[in-house]
Amino acid sequence: MRRLLFLLPIGVFVAVLVGFMAGLRHDPSILPSMLIGKPLPTFALAPLRPGEQGFTSVQLQGEPVMVNVFASWCTVCKEEHQTLMALHEQGVKIVGLDWKEDADAGARWLTANGDPYSLTGNDASGRVGIDMGVSGAPETFVVDRKGRVRYRQVGAITPEVWNQTLAPLMEKLRAES
Amino acid sequence: MRRIALAALTMLVLTVLAVAAPAWAVTPDEQLTDPRLEARARAVSRELRCVVCQNQSIDDSNAPLAHDLRVILRERIAAGDTDDQAKAYLVARYGDFVLLRPPFQPDTWALWLGPAAVLLIGGVGAVLYIRSRARGTEAPLSPDEEAQAATLLATQEKLP
Repeated sequence: MRRLLFLLPIGVFVAVLVGFMAGLRHDPSILPSMLIGKPLPTFALAPLRPGEQGFTSVQLQGEPVMVNVFASWCTVCKEEHQTLMALHEQGVKIVGLDWKEDADAGARWLTANGDPYSLTGNDASGRVGIDMGVSGAPETFVVDRKGRVRYRQVGAITPEVWNQTLAPLMEKLRAES
Repeated sequence: MRRIALAALTMLVLTVLAVAAPAWAVTPDEQLTDPRLEARARAVSRELRCVVCQNQSIDDSNAPLAHDLRVILRERIAAGDTDDQAKAYLVARYGDFVLLRPPFQPDTWALWLGPAAVLLIGGVGAVLYIRSRARGTEAPLSPDEEAQAATLLATQEKLP
């Protein structure tokens, strides 16, 4: 037994190595959300175009929905937009939160690129996003029927992210009563 | 004379360097008018991590979100929040990650106590090892070895 003791440092080394390897695969920009399992903060967003409707947190109850944080200054959002347009055509309910810019800029962006959102609201000061713990755009919150946040996607929704993570989740949430 | 002038010049340069304000991310329009509240806000904001750049405090960071968080922090402090309440406001939104100094709680025990524990284990191990060596673990000579040693010693004595 004592003779095998020399293997101990090697074992410790391997354990530390595995730990570090796992750490390398972890994306440090993805932080845990404080909202998981909790209701969205209460908010009422202004419309993007004068005379239209924004939306409130209460309106998001009833059926599962994805709340997408976007902005015209966000370059990754442009890439994500194509995926969102495709999902919109499939009938996926997505609402848009235009974050940290004038409503005008958000409206022009949707005119130019198409509007995948069933509801859109402007958060010029960024306060609603901050209440949700948003650290950048794009970010997407998956909200269940009761208005509780079930998942937070940091970064763009790509077809892979949709197929592997969000689609099964939305399916599951639709099955909940 | 030249020495004195040189010394004076050095002093002057050092003084200017010491007095000159370092470049901060905090812009004048963000600052609170009450210097005591502003000082508190500065102290708290140095303890809060910018969630965009992650290795800077919001006091240091030029990120737009860090600006927003500094403003929110000052609003909370101006509204009468204690430092802890103001911090808790942001922790409620962004989690313990925003605290540059992690709190001491069950999920951070390993972080805070780990180094001391490793030192302790290593220290105890080292003490035990050194003691066992000092006690002298060499086995006594066997009769054969005794005889061999006696022969060797005897040979040596015979040498001139």
